Amino acid sequence: MNPVIQYVAGGLSAGALYGLMALGLVLIYRASEVVNFGHGDLAMISTFVAYTLLQARWPLPAALLGAILFGAFLGALVEGGLLRPARHRRATPLTLVVLTLGLALVLNGLAGFLWGHEIRTFPALVSGPPLIVGPARVTREQLLNLAAGVLLALALYGFLRWTWSGLALRAVTQNPDMARLMGIPVDRILLLAWAIGVGLGAVAGILAAPLIYLEPNAMLELLIKGFAAAVLGGMTSLPGAVVGGLTLGVLENLIAGYVATELKTPFAFAMIVAVLAVRPAGLLGRPIHRRV
Amino acid sequence: MHPLLEVSHATASYGPILALRGISLEVREGEVVALLGANGAGKTTTLRLIAGMLPPLTGSLLFKGQPIHTLPPEQRVALGIVLVPEGRGIFPELTVKENLLLGAWRHRDRRQAQRDLEEVFDRFPILRERQAQRAGTLSGGEQQMLAIGRALMARPRLLLLDEPSLGLAPLVVRHIFEILRAIHEAGTTMLIAEQNAHLALVLAHRAYILQNGEIRLHGDAQALRENPEVKALYLGRSSERR
Ligand SMILES: Nc1ncnc2c1ncn2[C@@H]1O[C@H](COP(=O)(O)OP(=O)(O)OP(=O)(O)O)[C@@H](O)[C@H]1O
Ligand SMILES: [Mg+2]
Repeated sequence: MNPVIQYVAGGLSAGALYGLMALGLVLIYRASEVVNFGHGDLAMISTFVAYTLLQARWPLPAALLGAILFGAFLGALVEGGLLRPARHRRATPLTLVVLTLGLALVLNGLAGFLWGHEIRTFPALVSGPPLIVGPARVTREQLLNLAAGVLLALALYGFLRWTWSGLALRAVTQNPDMARLMGIPVDRILLLAWAIGVGLGAVAGILAAPLIYLEPNAMLELLIKGFAAAVLGGMTSLPGAVVGGLTLGVLENLIAGYVATELKTPFAFAMIVAVLAVRPAGLLGRPIHRRV
Repeated sequence: MHPLLEVSHATASYGPILALRGISLEVREGEVVALLGANGAGKTTTLRLIAGMLPPLTGSLLFKGQPIHTLPPEQRVALGIVLVPEGRGIFPELTVKENLLLGAWRHRDRRQAQRDLEEVFDRFPILRERQAQRAGTLSGGEQQMLAIGRALMARPRLLLLDEPSLGLAPLVVRHIFEILRAIHEAGTTMLIAEQNAHLALVLAHRAYILQNGEIRLHGDAQALRENPEVKALYLGRSSERR
């Protein structure tokens, strides 16, 4: 097997998870102008819920679905229960961002209290020998992650493109006042954006969990990589988020393979810094211009 | 019979600035009513008040006899109050067709939306040609047509138009007013804010003239056209302004 191809295949699979994380971040950012620093911890809590349901012997699909729906519900709760009241009291976008940061810390502490800080193993979601796909040998896990990333990205595209709610969501991201004048209940659409965004984060967390260990800080790396992917894609572009995730996954895997494994995470940070400095609009993004 | 819309003694402000100082007006079913006045007179504020984008400080708003001043804008749209705002408010990143479909949010019925879409395309053939284009690429006149077409997709009971002539070439303005006349003849009640009093008084049955947030004059369009004060203040220059 050609090692480059192996690195790329592994990178694409990790990148799909970064892409899912980034999709949620971008969707939420575009809809509500809030960079959600709670995204990683919301994913972490959802993953713990999946873990707990599996411990309680729920069948795997039911446990995963339950945890993802729980994540979506949490997302809606954050928007409806915290951000909306703050917004109605004229909180600035910066205040709201700080609010999500506070939420991240609260959730993190809460997870430590509920589940403890010991390291747990999350069961593998698929098992079996690696498969040969074209020139690459890939594990079933890698294939699952890539497939989940691609399918969910396509599903999101279809939702935004072909449903009334999706169309309304795109209208709200462009001009919320005008959306209201079309009769669109903007508050409810924001709930939806948060539910979908955090739901996608929950999926990324659950898929990542078998590859890492589960503990309250387990999703920090995923969050950082998700941010890097989102920034790389322009922060406002959904296709950019996916492309950014895959690009980051492949590049960091090549760096880990050819330079040093320890440089993987610093590389993601360096990427955020470099992109913001050189091309703030990212690969596919364009500056958002909204009226107040 | 209640008038379709009845605004009584409404005041509104932006912070400390009192923009409307107690205005009263009514629009009856089937009418075209014009709201005239110079820059800053309060036309946009009045329409925003009716559409629900701005709460009244005092006074009342009745639609078909029911108070609406506590309803948010989206619920007023549900009642059939639809605003074509100043500056048109199209969604530039969405396609022309998607913009039009958003107008149908009020009922969200695909079949009805398809039928209404055909009707709008018949009224504005240029929009049919450009339906797959991003709306931001349209010219000003085309965007105004899109904004009007989108409002029609909602099947409005009361169509509010904020300066549909603003920033458009005289020929385009004429075309748009012809279409507004046709829309009215098809049965739509309208309240049109305009600086261009010439145009508006030809289309409207009645008009209100706003000055500094107060109704200065009101009456039949015909009578206002011949009123010496109106002539001097609002019809003095020809129709091309700004
Ligand atoms: N967002 C705002 N903040 C503060 N003051 C405002 C705002 N919008 C309008 N005003 C003020 O309210 C008054 C009425 O403005 P309005 O926009 O309703 O006038 P208009 O008749 O629509 O004028 P134009 O012909 O220029 O559109 C003006 O004095 C204006 O300066
Ligand atoms: Mg105005």
